[in-house]
This record gives sequence, C-alpha cells and structure tokens, in this order.
Amino acid sequence: MSTVTHDHDTAHHGEHHHHAPSGLKRWLYTTNHKDIGTLYLLFALTMFFIGGAMAMVIRAELFQPGLQLVQADFFNQMTTVHGLIMVFGAVMPAFTGLANWLIPMMIGAPDMALPRMNNWSFWILPFAFAILLASLFMEGGGPGFGWTFYAPLSTKYSGDSTALFVFSVHIMGISSIMGAINVIVTIFNLRAPGMTWMKMPLFVWTWLITAFLLIAVMPVLAGTVTMVLTDKYFGTSFFDAAGGGDPVLFQHIFWFFGHPEVYIMILPAFGIVSSIVPTFARKPLFGYASMVYATSSIALLSFLVWAHHMFTTGMPVFAELFFMYCTMLIAVPTGVKVFNWVATMWKGAMTFEVPMMFALAFIVLFTIGGFSGLMLAITPADFQYHDTYFVVAHFHYVLVTGAIFSIIAAAYYWLPKWTGHMYDETLGQWHFWCSLISVNMLFFPMHFVGLAGMPRRIPDYALQFADFNAFISIGGFAFGLSQLLFVWVLVKCIKGGEKATDQVWEGAEGLEWTLSSPPPYHSFTTPPEVK
Amino acid sequence: MQRQPDHLPLIKRLLLATALMFGFGFALVPLYDVFCDLTGINGKTSTMAATADKAVVDAKRTITIEFLARPNADMPWLFAPQTKKMTVHPGEIKLVYYEAQNPTAATMTGQAVPSVSPGQAALYFNKMECFCFNQQVLTAGQKLLMPLQFYVDPALPEHFSTITLSYTLYDMTKHAPAETVTAQVSTGGNDE
Repeated sequence: MSTVTHDHDTAHHGEHHHHAPSGLKRWLYTTNHKDIGTLYLLFALTMFFIGGAMAMVIRAELFQPGLQLVQADFFNQMTTVHGLIMVFGAVMPAFTGLANWLIPMMIGAPDMALPRMNNWSFWILPFAFAILLASLFMEGGGPGFGWTFYAPLSTKYSGDSTALFVFSVHIMGISSIMGAINVIVTIFNLRAPGMTWMKMPLFVWTWLITAFLLIAVMPVLAGTVTMVLTDKYFGTSFFDAAGGGDPVLFQHIFWFFGHPEVYIMILPAFGIVSSIVPTFARKPLFGYASMVYATSSIALLSFLVWAHHMFTTGMPVFAELFFMYCTMLIAVPTGVKVFNWVATMWKGAMTFEVPMMFALAFIVLFTIGGFSGLMLAITPADFQYHDTYFVVAHFHYVLVTGAIFSIIAAAYYWLPKWTGHMYDETLGQWHFWCSLISVNMLFFPMHFVGLAGMPRRIPDYALQFADFNAFISIGGFAFGLSQLLFVWVLVKCIKGGEKATDQVWEGAEGLEWTLSSPPPYHSFTTPPEVK
Repeated sequence: MQRQPDHLPLIKRLLLATALMFGFGFALVPLYDVFCDLTGINGKTSTMAATADKAVVDAKRTITIEFLARPNADMPWLFAPQTKKMTVHPGEIKLVYYEAQNPTAATMTGQAVPSVSPGQAALYFNKMECFCFNQQVLTAGQKLLMPLQFYVDPALPEHFSTITLSYTLYDMTKHAPAETVTAQVSTGGNDE
C-alpha cells in the first residue's frame, strides 16, 4: 500500500541526514508538509506560552483587589494581546499545523497541493507576531483596546501602535487565507483513488469546511482593520459619527467576521474528537453522515448569528429575537455531535489513554461552554451577562477546554505517529489531571463572579469578589504550570521512548496508521488504493 | 512523484472569492446605511427637513419626548437643551431651543449629530428644522440659541410612548469648510 522511499525517513527535530539543505535552511526553505506542520505546531506552542504568560500577568494583578503589579494601561494591553496571540497565534496555527501533518496522510496525498505557498504562509507568521509583540515596547505601549478593537477605542483613543497592530493582523490574515486555499486545493485535487467525499475522515471534512469559512471571513477582517487604519490616519469616517459614520457599524462588520471565526477555532476540534473517540471506544464513529451535515449547518448558521454579540447596542426587538433564535438553532447540530460521540462510546470497549482523557474532558467541558453560550443567547438574560466574567467563563470553556484541549489531545494521539516513539503515559496522565482540575478552578468560578456583576477587562474589582478571584488566580497559575509538564512530555517523546508500532493504537483506523511510525519524509508518493 | 493535477482553476476561483469577500466587507458600509434608512435601527434621523403637510394631530395619544445634549469629549463648548422633557400629541408641531456657547478664545465650528432611542422611532421623528442640518460657527465667547422644530408622525407604532432625542456635539473646526453658514441667533431663520 504505502511505497516507502527509504533514503530519508528522518522528518524529525535535531537529526538531519544528507538530503537537501541542512540546519536552519532546511526549515526556512522546506516545502514538506511534515516539516511545515512541525513548524506550525512549535510556533503555536511558543505563542501559547507567550500568551499564557500574559494571562499570568492578568491573574496576578487580579489576585487582590486594587492595583498592585501593573498599571491599568498595561493591564489593558495584556488582555488585548493575550486574546490576539491565543486566537491568531496559538489556536489557529496549531490547527493549521495539524492540517499540514495530517490531511495529506489521511487522504493519501504525497504532500499539500501548493508546497511553496505553504512555506510562505508559515514563514510570514513569525513576522506578524514579532510586529505585534514589538509594539508592546513602543512609547505609549501596545494595543490596549481589547482583541475586538471596537471603534472608537481603536480609532480615536488608541496609540500609535495601532498601525503595527493593523499590519500584523493583515499578515496573519494573509497567512490564514493562503493556508485555507492550500487545504481546499489539496482536498479537492489530491485525494487518493477511491477516497470519495463521504469516505474522508472527519478531521479532513471539518478542516475543509473551516477553510471555506476562513476564505469567507478573513478578508472581511482585513477590510475592518483597513477601515480602522484609514479612520485613524487618513481622515475617513467609517466609524466616526461626527463625519457621518457609525461606531455600531464597526461591531457589525467585526462580528460578521468574529462569529464564523469562533467556529473556525472549534470545527477542527470536532474533527479531532471524532477521530479519537472511535479509536479508544474501538467502535466506528456513530452517525458519520450526520456529523458531516451537522458541521456544514453549523458553518452556514455561523453567518446568521453575529449580532448576538451586540444585544445591548439598542437593536430593535425583532432583530434581537432573530439573532437569539438563530443562535439557539446552532445548539441543534452541536447537540447532534455530542450525541454521536456519546453513542460511539456506548457499549464500546473503552480504554483511557491520555488522548482519550482529553477528548472526554473536551466533550464534557465544551458542552458546559455550549450551555453557557445558550444562556448568553437569551436576549433579556444577556443584558445582565453582557461584558461580565460570565462571558469570560463561557468563551474560555469553549476555547481552552474546547479548542486547546482538542489540540493537546491531537498532539498525544498523533505524537507516536509523528516521532515514532510512545509518549510517557504516566507523565501524560499527570498533565491531564493537573490541567483538568486547575482549568476548572480557573474558569468555573468566573461564572459566579460574572453573574454577581464583576465586569470583564478591568484591572480592579469590588471587594466582595476578592476570595473568588484569589481562588481563580491560583487555578490560573496551576494551569499555566501544568502546561510545563506538557512540554516535558513532548521533549521526552521527541528524544526517545518506547518504539511505536505503525498502527500505534489498537483501534486506530485510517490511512495515516498504515504508514510507518515515524512516516517516511515523502509518504504516499504512489497513491494508496482506498476500498 | 506523479504529475500533479492542474490546481490553477481552483486557486483562481478561491482567490476571486477572497477578493470578493474583501470587497463585501466594504460593501457592508453602504448596505448598512441603506438598511438603517429603511428600518431606522441605528437611531439616525433624516438629514433632510421634513414637511408637515400630511400631519393630522392625534389628540388621543401623548408621547413623552426627552431631550439630551452633550458635547463630545474633545469639544469644549457648553451645550444643553432649554427643555428637558415635554409631552406631545402625534402630529403636533413643536419648537424647542438648544443653547450652545463657545467659552474658548478662538472661533470654532461645531456639528451636532442626532440619535433617537428607541432606534425604530427615528423613522417617525420628523424634524422640519434643525440646527443639526448645518455646522455652527461660534466666535470666542459667543452664545447661540439653536432651534429645533419637529413633529412625531401619527403612524408611530402603539408600543412607543417615550422617545429620547440625543445630540452629541463634535468639534469640526479642523474639518470645517471656510464658507460655512453661520447660524445667527434667531427664532427659526435657517431653513434648508
């Protein structure tokens, strides 16, 4: 099936044999999907820690009421850049890295369809984030208007770092769009013979839909930041009421991008969980076709719900009801997915290795995040929840215990395939349990302080929130430290460990498990036959 | 490796889609304006003077009108409505005044931007004459009484009982065209 060219089977860090450029140039010039996947994943991990360090600053400041460690301006910059880095620097590149590694191996393609563009789309990313991070050291500091950069905060009341912010978002957007084009062309044109649409692994399906979402909304984000740029520096009045514009228009355009964006950050996670659960339940995925349709309908609905972020802007009641019902409608396909995962496990011969643990935690905790999302969708209730810590709790449940947990699960699941070594199961379990407990200490009490009225994005708070916030901060520090265990597991696994078999997991099915572990540098140079 | 299939047609289509979506982002700006004009959802009132020819006073209903005014944060003028609140019958034509004063030592230009809440009521709040139709130029220390003549359209849906009209006054000195008409202290002299 897999014809292996054995002159180089060293896709891995540190080692380099006699092929092509070596050292740094190997990584700079590489057009290999596995190398680029690795680069994306390592970049995302680095950004995860940089963004995480900013979260630690935020939690340290909020440990006690009053201002202790940082000034309010710097606090605002931390919340802003933390959000930008985690969204555009950690979650999205991690998914793109997984797509690079896995999509060709899952559909039996020799590489991504556009390898040179692939190289470029990765290598512009470090520059985007270098620009963004460097802006923090400017006079007046970096962007402090929140990752949502609402006008007029970003147009009238922002510093000169805004220009750098805009350019870095442009570069991130270009990178994402190129990545998305690459994924679509690869999936459309390079599937192995017999790999029909409805035989594609769900990770491939979810990524295909994600790629279409990226092409639909990243250009809108580019347009939004461009309008902010021209409003601030070139005298236009898109968002300036004095010149005939409308600041609320900003929110409409931003959330037209922003809501599909949150599905961009969760659909690939659905694909990952749909790969992991059947393996460890040793049963095929329940309701494959309904998963595909559910994913597609979530993607379509995501364009009809943006204004649920704006219920308090004074929209007319009919618009609020429309967006409320559309938002609640999304719970239906999402419920189908959760039901299918549970049904897959039903009467399965389950084992609980680390990837499965993270996938299970994903299902439970993401569902909690989904439920708090439903609560936020209720227009009259949202007037109370709006801009409180309840919202912070909600989107961290779906993004940290949702997206990030799925990425960690994916890393554990495919790491033996990528490196050829089994990871340390004991350390991995430690990582899981420490993360699980601390992440809930961190985010669960935020529901309570939010409902009690603690506003988000403010460095100080009323005294009655002090105990909860100290507890939350301890959870935050513990969660941050737990991720060092993850790095330890990764390093250990890359360096060595028990030899992994080709199939790695007893119940694993799919083309990638037919390759050797680690796979040859060029895999599926002859397409496999899919039956 | 095999000969790769031709990717170019698909790439072109995807790039075209990207370009179109970039354009769509900008197209949202006029689309939003049109949508708001039709539905009044953002509380913007018409920038044209209304005529009262069709107004029939509906004495059975009373509507409370609240008047708010504030200078924008960068605007040093004093700006306040003379009447804070009044009740009107739909169709009834009313005249109120706003006071503006330029306390600085320089001539400045201001522009008031109205907003009506609830937003949908904006479609039924008709201004026959408003200082917000023009920019105002005030010399150092000058005080100005600015008129607003309006009526509420009797077609105003039943569930509206209070309409709040809010003006924000912006400093337009830097952007002002030199020949801006100065609104003289008057009792209603600056028609469109």
